[in-house]
Amino acid sequence: MAIRVFLISLLFLSTTITTFSLYEDQVGLMDWHQQYIGKVKDAVFHTQKTGRKRVVVSTEENVIASLDLRHGEIFWRHVLGSNDAIDRIDIALGKYVITLSSEGSILRAWNLPDGQMVWESFLKGPNHSKSLLLVPTSLKVDKDNVIIVFGKGGLHAVSSIHGEILWQKDFAAESFEVQHVIQPLGSDIIYVVGFVGSSQFNVYQMNAKNGELLKHESAALSGGFSGEVSLVSSNTLVMLDSTGSTLITVNFHNGEINFQKTDISDLIKESLGMATILPSKLAGMFALKTTTFMIFIRVTDEGKLEVVDKINHVTAVSDALSFSEGQQAFALVEHYNNDIYLTVKLGQEWNSDLLKESIKLDDQRGLVHKVFINNYIRTDRSHGFRALIVMEDHSLLLLQQGEIVWCREDGLASVIDATTSELPVEKEGVSVAKVEENLFEWLKGHILKIKGTLMLASPEEVVNIQAMRLKSSEKSKMTRDHNGFRKLLIVLTKSGKVFALHTGDGRIVWSLLLNSLRKSETCENPTGLNLYQWRVPHHHAMDENPSVLVVGRCRSNSDAPGVLSFVDTYTGKELGSSSLVHSVVQVILLPFTDSNEQRLHLLIDAKQRAHLYPKNPEAVGIFQREFSNIYWYSVEADDGIIKGHVLKDNCIGEVSDEYCFETKEIWSIVFPLESEKIITTVTRKLNEVVHTQAKVIADQDVMYKYISKNLLFVVTVAPKATGGIGSATPEESWLVAYLIDSVTGRILHRMTHHGSHGPVHAVFSENWVVYHYFNLRAHRYEMSVIEIFDQSRADNKDVWKLVLGKHNLTSPISSYSRLEVITKSQSYFFTHSVKAIAVTSTAKGITSKQLLIGTVGDQVLALDKRFLDPRRSINPTQAEKEEGMIPLTDSLPIIPQSYVTHSLKVEGLRGIVTVPAKLESTALVFVYGVDLFFTRLAPSRTYDSLTEDFSYALLLMTIVALVVAIFVTWILSEKKELRDKWR
Amino acid sequence: MKTRFLSFMFSVFLLTSSFHAFQSDELLVDDGEFGLEGAPPQPHQRSSDPAYIRSSPTPTTTTRRKFSDSDSDSKIQFSLEHAFGDSDFVPAGTFSARLKTWSHGGQTLTKLRFSRNAFTQAEKENFEKLLIGDEFYRIRLPSNVLSPPGRDYVVSSVKARCLPREGLDEHFVIHMEGVNILAVNYGAPGACPYPRQMKLPAKWSFNSHTVLKNSEQAPRTPVFAEEQLGENGEGEAVKPPERSFWAKYWMYLIPLGLIVMNAITQAMNMPEEQATGQAGAQQGAAVQRGPSPAVRRR
Repeated sequence: MAIRVFLISLLFLSTTITTFSLYEDQVGLMDWHQQYIGKVKDAVFHTQKTGRKRVVVSTEENVIASLDLRHGEIFWRHVLGSNDAIDRIDIALGKYVITLSSEGSILRAWNLPDGQMVWESFLKGPNHSKSLLLVPTSLKVDKDNVIIVFGKGGLHAVSSIHGEILWQKDFAAESFEVQHVIQPLGSDIIYVVGFVGSSQFNVYQMNAKNGELLKHESAALSGGFSGEVSLVSSNTLVMLDSTGSTLITVNFHNGEINFQKTDISDLIKESLGMATILPSKLAGMFALKTTTFMIFIRVTDEGKLEVVDKINHVTAVSDALSFSEGQQAFALVEHYNNDIYLTVKLGQEWNSDLLKESIKLDDQRGLVHKVFINNYIRTDRSHGFRALIVMEDHSLLLLQQGEIVWCREDGLASVIDATTSELPVEKEGVSVAKVEENLFEWLKGHILKIKGTLMLASPEEVVNIQAMRLKSSEKSKMTRDHNGFRKLLIVLTKSGKVFALHTGDGRIVWSLLLNSLRKSETCENPTGLNLYQWRVPHHHAMDENPSVLVVGRCRSNSDAPGVLSFVDTYTGKELGSSSLVHSVVQVILLPFTDSNEQRLHLLIDAKQRAHLYPKNPEAVGIFQREFSNIYWYSVEADDGIIKGHVLKDNCIGEVSDEYCFETKEIWSIVFPLESEKIITTVTRKLNEVVHTQAKVIADQDVMYKYISKNLLFVVTVAPKATGGIGSATPEESWLVAYLIDSVTGRILHRMTHHGSHGPVHAVFSENWVVYHYFNLRAHRYEMSVIEIFDQSRADNKDVWKLVLGKHNLTSPISSYSRLEVITKSQSYFFTHSVKAIAVTSTAKGITSKQLLIGTVGDQVLALDKRFLDPRRSINPTQAEKEEGMIPLTDSLPIIPQSYVTHSLKVEGLRGIVTVPAKLESTALVFVYGVDLFFTRLAPSRTYDSLTEDFSYALLLMTIVALVVAIFVTWILSEKKELRDKWR
Repeated sequence: MKTRFLSFMFSVFLLTSSFHAFQSDELLVDDGEFGLEGAPPQPHQRSSDPAYIRSSPTPTTTTRRKFSDSDSDSKIQFSLEHAFGDSDFVPAGTFSARLKTWSHGGQTLTKLRFSRNAFTQAEKENFEKLLIGDEFYRIRLPSNVLSPPGRDYVVSSVKARCLPREGLDEHFVIHMEGVNILAVNYGAPGACPYPRQMKLPAKWSFNSHTVLKNSEQAPRTPVFAEEQLGENGEGEAVKPPERSFWAKYWMYLIPLGLIVMNAITQAMNMPEEQATGQAGAQQGAAVQRGPSPAVRRR
């Protein structure tokens, strides 16, 4: 009897088979996904149907999205390609969103409720020009509303119902640069206004119905013009002349063109400095912006200019919005300290404010960059206004009734770099009850879970269990966990804002708009470059905070002065910042730390001088000890030269201090420009851990991996093959892969792939490189792998040698020894084109690796490295099969279950970052693009821990059942024995 | 493998020795992938250097190609320059080679020879300084052999302490692309363990080894037939995971187990009965009172 029970329970346990991929109810347990749109460029409000209020926005990440005005959620969203920038958006027919993109060459209509594309037209024209979109409300041609588009040097009239081009007129031949396309309300005449060169002003009058040119007038404008041309009314333009000191008013009326010049100094008595006209469309007015204030100038009917107001601190002005019969309003935003003042003014009467609100903003948002307004009817039938504002940190806020209705952190759509930081160590004295809210809840949760595992739970309870698992407080705690799953993801965004995201649930722990990366007089166009772990405390982990280093530069060219900033990752405070006198071309992390556990960094400037940070004498002391062992390389991709450098001595000259070092060149590789062009360089990750150097192969033989941190993988292509695929024939395109030792400049491996084409994506790990390219001959994408093995250690196979210590395994390796390496390589076809490749990294490097491939469909595919093993053969021997070798196939398999992103898409995928967790089997993966995605991966399953959904309850119950069964059978057998004895 | 290696070494040795014995232009065997010439004072020992073997991927094909293409070739020279530490570059030797023009228009170098200038006294002193300071000895070559220096010089350097053995041993690997020199890898022919020991050479003469290298061709991606792909390729991936023995056959095993268990318990009872029965029967003759418990159980 006891045996029977045991057998049954054994059977029960054996049915719990190991899982291979994610189950439906595991989605969201250890991954999170966030959707963003990027910095809003333009917004159009949809007001016709009052049921659902929406706003349609286009962004700098080439996203067009429809947002909910109540909550800021995305109704629908489309990410156009990276080379398909959206120029203009508008709404036509009340149901289509019209976008003009790719410099005015693609016009698309999207259905407003669901975002489906209705039609698409390609506008062809001979040359580039400013692109303009005009959607007149009343213009009809044969019951069809017409969209007027100026793009590619021509004027096109497009049907808004089916996107057909009704007529088109080219202006290309006359080198005409269009400024405005004007359609006076209710008429069938279009005016196209622009310049030829900078002095001849042209007005074309056209019939909107058929594109017939009615009139063409031109007049010479002495002095030229500069900057924006502001349209004040339907027949008046205002612009600045080329010196920037005179305002020119142009009036074209009934075939006459009148110029009127007004000196700015006549209007305003004080000096202005550089003034620019704002592009905002205000009714009968325009705004002149200087560095300190903004002047609003009205243009009277006679063409006279009069100053209406002068306001300090104004940062943004909206376009005019006509909200009721003949009335127009616009919004302006002023800044005072942390408050912003939103004022909505009536266009005609300056002194009457329709709305004046002050809103308190948190101080990490910077200045207001853009404002869009929208009106609504209040419950008391008066006009109300809401404003959508775009901040300096690219966030989007909706203001209504003096409050922030919602806020979107869209700066996270443009992540530049990401790193991680550990969370604080858990201090003593935090009780379980405090974390788990209260004991009763905790008990209830566990009972629910047991019910769930026994399949006794009702559907509502199942939902509850799922919700509980998703927001378990365990994973979003702000302390370090035993497995190292909880970390802070520090991301640097294009706006210069640094965010810390919690890996558990993706929430923003803190955010910081770096002052050093904001626009200023000394640093006019700062951009962030990279994030580095500046300090990772180990010895003082309890009382010292880690910090990161943010490196930026003031302009986009590489010789611009650099900017450094140090940020505490626990508090999110800037510890210090410095704007450098030198530029930053390269940042080298040295494997040394000073006594404060600050990592030593070497910054290379454009003049090939090295600057040591942190700047303290101790760092110099550490640095001097390793002075002669520091080498680095520089890649001049345009010249096709790779150079190796060493340090020489302290700098002499204007920036000389003891932290600056001159360098000298020790090797160079010169690629012939007529046959090769560098397109990709890849190195190993610095912090990668390799568990074993030896690789035991099938026949009990050992191969030694050639593991060097100084390997550089370079790919060059034929100059003709640098364009898109199809720009070169297979005969004239090739691709050469190099493995270069960056200390001595030795080329260890060099291989030509004929008929292959870029772009090349590559990843380097341990002793192998995997790269992806296009094969023109096979018309397919290919992936190749190169593995490099050390032959000089190959004879260390004898056990006796190892026992007697006659091996060379412990001798230091010098790059100057002659290398004896062999490389093995193999190529496979791969179905997808690729946006990024990364590899999983684990704490000790024992776990087998997976390649993470960001596919063209914005998903991440995990591909076992075993598929890219150059030793694969068509018919592996028995020994090789035992080793786990996969038989050779010509293409790499894409298994649908191995998509890490399962059903989700990381729109506009740009990068994949992998970070090891403390648990050896697990790696953390962060994928960024327009969206963010985070998950945990276990390439060889979680062999070192029970999975989170392991049912402890079931185990307990089984044990209890067993114990009960033992007792029951014992009692039963006792009874039986007794009965037998009595018989 | 080992025998093949040996025989290859042997053949290489044969070829080179024949080439030296004749001193003629019977150089077709010299496959151009590795032209080499020792410095005048030291006859070279090429077979001791495994690099030569590895750097000649397919000697036979190259030879064949040479027979088929008897194109025009011309002699060219380009100079090696060296520098001690941060000093300027001065000429140190001359490479001479034949420039072969192929029928398809490409040009390659073959039969590379190298003659090294001996160190002057001043150079010796400079080199000693480098040895003491563990400094770099640098060399450079033009990046284009037809119109030196081409776009730029290709530079390579080595810690001076790596070179001295008996003489000064040096090893050049010149990576070519047509008539362009991509890179020159310069160093000691053997190991140079760290920390580097200060050691003066016994003889101030160079023992040079040179290797010319061209790019390897990547193997073409194999294309298999469809059915093969189905069998070999995704077979393992597509196959449903192997279920455990229990998971597969439990429905048969459980009843079987139960039957077996029943049988065992019965079988255990049966012999017991019989044994007791027999014992009882045997004992029954002796002791007739007191029936056995087994009997009672029935």
